[in-house]
Amino acid sequence: MTPRRKKRLYLVSLIVIGVGIAAALGLNAFNENIMFFHAPTAVVQGEAPKDHVFRLGGLVTNGSVRRQPDGLTVLFDVTDNAETVTIQYTGILPDLFREGQGIVANGKLRDDGVFVADEVLAKHDENYMPPEVADALKTAHQEGVEKAAGNAAPQ
Amino acid sequence: MIPELGHFALILTLCLTLVLSIFPMIGSLNNTPAWVSLARPAAWGQFVFVAIAFACLLSSFLNDDFSVLYVAQHGNTQLPTIYKVSAVWGAHEGSLLLWALILSGWTLAVAIFSRDLPEEVVARVLSVMGIVSIGFLSFLIFTSNPFERTFPVPLEGGDLNPLLQDLGLAIHPPMLYMGYVGLSVAFSFAIAALVGGKLDAAWARWSRPWTLVAWVFLTIGITLGSWWAYYELGWGGWWFWDPVENASFMPWLAGTALIHSLAVAEKRGAFKRWTVLLALLAFSLSLLGTFLVRSGVLTSVHSFASDPERGLFILIFLCVVIGGSLALYAWRAPDVTSGGRFDLLSRETLLLGNNLLLVVITAFILLGTLAPLVYDALGWGKISVGFPWFNAMFVSFTPFLVVLMGIGPLTRWKHHDAGDLARQLRIAFLVSIAGGLIAASPLFHQASIGAGLAVMLSLWVVTTLLASIRLRLKHRDGLAAMGRDFLSRGGRSYYGMVVAHLGIAVFIIGVTFVSLFEVEEDIRMSPGQTAELGGYTFRFEGVQPHQGANYRADRGTIRVTKDGEEVTLLHPEKRTYLVQTKPMTEAGIDGRLMRDIYVSLGESLGRGDWSLRLYYKPFVRWIWLGGILIAVGGLLAASDRRYRIKVRRTVVDTAKSIRSKPLAAESRS
Repeated sequence: MTPRRKKRLYLVSLIVIGVGIAAALGLNAFNENIMFFHAPTAVVQGEAPKDHVFRLGGLVTNGSVRRQPDGLTVLFDVTDNAETVTIQYTGILPDLFREGQGIVANGKLRDDGVFVADEVLAKHDENYMPPEVADALKTAHQEGVEKAAGNAAPQ
Repeated sequence: MIPELGHFALILTLCLTLVLSIFPMIGSLNNTPAWVSLARPAAWGQFVFVAIAFACLLSSFLNDDFSVLYVAQHGNTQLPTIYKVSAVWGAHEGSLLLWALILSGWTLAVAIFSRDLPEEVVARVLSVMGIVSIGFLSFLIFTSNPFERTFPVPLEGGDLNPLLQDLGLAIHPPMLYMGYVGLSVAFSFAIAALVGGKLDAAWARWSRPWTLVAWVFLTIGITLGSWWAYYELGWGGWWFWDPVENASFMPWLAGTALIHSLAVAEKRGAFKRWTVLLALLAFSLSLLGTFLVRSGVLTSVHSFASDPERGLFILIFLCVVIGGSLALYAWRAPDVTSGGRFDLLSRETLLLGNNLLLVVITAFILLGTLAPLVYDALGWGKISVGFPWFNAMFVSFTPFLVVLMGIGPLTRWKHHDAGDLARQLRIAFLVSIAGGLIAASPLFHQASIGAGLAVMLSLWVVTTLLASIRLRLKHRDGLAAMGRDFLSRGGRSYYGMVVAHLGIAVFIIGVTFVSLFEVEEDIRMSPGQTAELGGYTFRFEGVQPHQGANYRADRGTIRVTKDGEEVTLLHPEKRTYLVQTKPMTEAGIDGRLMRDIYVSLGESLGRGDWSLRLYYKPFVRWIWLGGILIAVGGLLAASDRRYRIKVRRTVVDTAKSIRSKPLAAESRS
């Protein structure tokens, strides 16, 4: 092997090793940092992870927003029209947070089934529905229809 | 009448663009000078007619012509004039028209400022830009016509999204588009070079100033966007790793890699294939960004329309452009000769390292941006990639980049002696280590390893730049000679590099300090109550109603004092715009070089109480200051005399060498 080739080989192997390590670390971190979206139905049925952050979304149930005495902690319910989960959030809610509106929250599920949110997202468009929420509503609706059809059939 | 005129002008533009993209290209391949010489007039025609179309839409907005659907949706008689202008690009159709206008503007600029280039090269470049333009124009005409009429004519328009009623955002999209679209020039030069089979140093030199200018616009656009998000969204963040932000950041990273590798291609003739690939990649990422934003496949504040037809159109266009250019690359690149050799320790190697790191960072951001789409498409569930992951990725790669950035400018091309380098770097190394240790030491009450690292890296950049300037002073006969050289636009690319790298050092300090030492508190306050934060006392003096031009607001008053002395009086607002009735948080900000004080209003909690968010943000301005310095550096580099003088000489050389071809001789006459 000529010295020139040898040098080039060093350089190339250095690059390959470096990029390899970077990719391995990055992908590993990636797996730990993705947040799955779960609809209220999935959370109630226990499909959502207990010890990992995830995203929960749905419509804010009318009349469910309860402000705690400290003035900053808020409890409210989100629903996919099949099941309902209570969310607790401390801080200032986004401008467009309203009852009846579709929202998405990031956070963890507490043992008592209350979802403790670190972040609540509501989009800057009144007609806007987060697509995850829209899908969740559609799925819940379909399941509801099928269930109704199933109940109706034996009669 | 005027909207129809605009629509008609747009269709004419498409016809002219078809001419531009077909005839000059074919003419350049089969030596038909008459066809080649069509390129410039067609470029002029394209620009003039898009400009007419744009002017028509503008006049419809200024005259509140609500018979035009787009104006009816986004215009309003109450809108201040400046926002009537910016409303033109405030939503999907108009922003595409702006895109087409800017693309034809860049095409025209190439046609005008390339008099010194061989005619057939210019013809090919303009043709390729025409092909790109066809894609956008047909998208505009067939799926997103801004001139569509509506009946019955509404009496009042739907108004511009209040978030966009802001000076920063009025100029943010044009700047960003100038950058996105400007990368198409580098792309077209690369494609033209591949078609012609002549990838040489001259090609790199022609591409460089164009790429630099586009990159400067992209830098300004991103910086403006970040600044806007900071003061307008009301929650004090300056970067969210939002898909649309990533869509603008990825072409920037690829463009940064490109301007560095173009330097190698020009000076040393090496990395040519790689540079072409980067040019293709940078523009492809711009197009991908457009696809992500315009198709509505990703959810973000920025995505206007979710129309599957439009998404499909851009997706097909994207595949044609990226697939076509890669196929051309695969076909022609193997013929490219590999350039100058270099040793393991040389500027080439360090720039290779820079390119690798930038591409790896780009790849990770691409992964994080597209992963939700891929997961959804494969039925693996709906995910979102957390903010912390992007931060971790970025923070773990940039230090390496910064270390290389310090060494690079000091090394010579081809070969550099290791002992020499060690001597040159010794002082810089010691100073940065010492500075880092001091910053991380318990002398400061908020000391942290992170701050130490940031100070170390910044000092590293600054001290190595000083070392490089010292070397230059020695070689260039002192300061006076260097000053004269600078004024006659010589060596500007070097000074540009210095300023841009300094910008990175400033940016590092800003990002790190604001992330580490920022203090934030959500708090409930009654009128007259005070709160302490970051050494400042915030006294809440209640909220008053306030009437704006086209909005109503609750306007808070917060008196900020430090050690009994008044610092500032802040007025955060909670606005409700009269037409779209969306609530908007307008933050109260007192900005200084070393710190910002930032207050936003939350909600009314009854009896005059409000929830408030208070921030103390040290060094946050340094982030944008860094961005400005980077842009100034890019402009300096683009103004280098070399790009004008040497180009002429090369053309003469090229003309001489191809005198045998009839085309070159005829087209020069």
